[in-house]
Amino acid sequence: MIEVKNLKKTFHLKSGDVKALDDVSFSIQEGSVYGVIGYSGAGKSTLVRCLNLLEVPDEGTITIEDYQGIEMHGGIPTYQGKRMTARQQNQMRRGIGMIFQHFNLLERSTVFDNIAYPLKYTGRSKAEIAERVQELLALVDLREKIDAFPSQLSGGQKQRVAIARALAANPRILLSDEATSALDPDATESILNLLKDLNRKLGITIVLITHEMAVIKAIADRVAVMEEGKIVEEGTVYDIFSDPQAPITRKFISSASPLGKIDKLIADDSSLTQIKPGEVLAKLIFQKDCVGEHILTTMAQQYSVNLNIILANVEYLHGNPLGGTIGILSGSPENLAAGIRFLEENHVRTEVLKDGRVD
Amino acid sequence: MAEWIKTVAPYLYTYRAKFFAACSATFQMFYKAGLIAFAIGLFFGVILVITKKGGIRQNVLVYQITNLVINVFRSIPFIILLIFLIPLTRAVVGTAINVKGAILPLVFGTVPFYTRQVEVALSGVEEGKIEAARSMGSGTFGLIFRVYLHEALPDLIRVTTVTAISLIGLTTMAGAVGAGGIGSFAINYGQNQNHSDIVNVCVIVLLAVTFVLQSVGNALAKRTTNRSLFQIRRGNGGKTI
Repeated sequence: MIEVKNLKKTFHLKSGDVKALDDVSFSIQEGSVYGVIGYSGAGKSTLVRCLNLLEVPDEGTITIEDYQGIEMHGGIPTYQGKRMTARQQNQMRRGIGMIFQHFNLLERSTVFDNIAYPLKYTGRSKAEIAERVQELLALVDLREKIDAFPSQLSGGQKQRVAIARALAANPRILLSDEATSALDPDATESILNLLKDLNRKLGITIVLITHEMAVIKAIADRVAVMEEGKIVEEGTVYDIFSDPQAPITRKFISSASPLGKIDKLIADDSSLTQIKPGEVLAKLIFQKDCVGEHILTTMAQQYSVNLNIILANVEYLHGNPLGGTIGILSGSPENLAAGIRFLEENHVRTEVLKDGRVD
Repeated sequence: MAEWIKTVAPYLYTYRAKFFAACSATFQMFYKAGLIAFAIGLFFGVILVITKKGGIRQNVLVYQITNLVINVFRSIPFIILLIFLIPLTRAVVGTAINVKGAILPLVFGTVPFYTRQVEVALSGVEEGKIEAARSMGSGTFGLIFRVYLHEALPDLIRVTTVTAISLIGLTTMAGAVGAGGIGSFAINYGQNQNHSDIVNVCVIVLLAVTFVLQSVGNALAKRTTNRSLFQIRRGNGGKTI
């Protein structure tokens, strides 16, 4: 379990003060995958680096691993009433794995030695270290690369080595700082699958930072959306996707969904989005209990409302379907109003994008 | 062989004993001052990198003082430093002349330059590697030995080569305090007595030494880039050896 309360961190730069963390609080359930999304400069990287005290927050409380309530005052961490020594901080970090955007492997060490790096702090014998490295290489499916140097590996393989290294000392928490941002789509997918797999197999808690909603969608259970050092929205991935509140969240979601194309079509005033007086261009979101053609057919028949579909999409988030349709609704004013009411009664979230009705 | 040398470099042959003594003096100055300067320069180079702003053990006072001392000594020409340090040399080693008296000024002349070079080499280690090592629980010593010095090795070899070559240059000036060496042999027996063959041979010897140093340095730097110098192979059909 990770719990963070009222975390604050300000960077004093020449150009002025930057509030990287502005009173951030959240908690992460053990064994879950927790995503933090935001644009660069939102403070998400600072947040994850604060979790293992690579960066010490100015104020706030952190509970992580066996450390219940590390308190920060004026940038000094105290634990159980005493100032945390550098040694204690190192000790704490050994229980938390971390992977990075640029892998950060030692270029002059073989895959074996890179993975063995943290094991030298665990008091294992040489034979035990060799055995553990073999185990880890099997886990990340890279056994044949044991003698390779990082310069001989692809980006995806480097990240696998970095993951093996981060997991070497059996941490129960893995922090991932933009771990897939430097990878091509194939490698990204395979790394995300690996992380999801490790989460299931080892029950390891994963905190992942990203600027890509697709990453969140692929593996996170819960997500926090960050903007200007604050968490503006937090919830399960399904809830955030089906009913985003903050404007920035909507932006992120439309970037990850095929339905997001509509914004560009409207902006370009495409012929697809031209509506006649009396018509409505609307986005209909079907949540898990109401996905299906059924409702639309019923609406068309019962209320004589026509739907001209422009974009449609169904995605599965953790096995739950989330459907979306964007189309032009047409019909008489009364029918249109009744049709939309019918949709809402059936839990179809209706968002009017362009309104040609005159009232 | 001796006959051949007699014809191409007659004066060198006449003064051959002096020549070998000069080579030996240069060699002694080179390795004694070199080893000491290597240790001290490496130490202060590491100090500069870890105490600088944003370093792993940031310490403005230590950084500024080290920085200032280095700048002061770097700005003094070696021939003047040699004279200027005479009282100190005498106090430390008991004499300010001969090879013994030249070591200390040579160290003073080399360390500031080498420290700077080491600082540059270590600064080339990516911040990310330091951060990753910190996240795995490495302390100051772990970061210095397992990351900084380990990853910067090819660059350290390059700057050490450059420094070694410049140190040979400095030893030629040590004749000013009676330390002998190839430099003073070339001036006293070659230039001053108008024996051009002696000057030529001295130049060839210095060229050869420089060439060998540079070649060995380049080869080692290349051999250690992106890999370790000696590798233990672990993969043997998945078995450990």
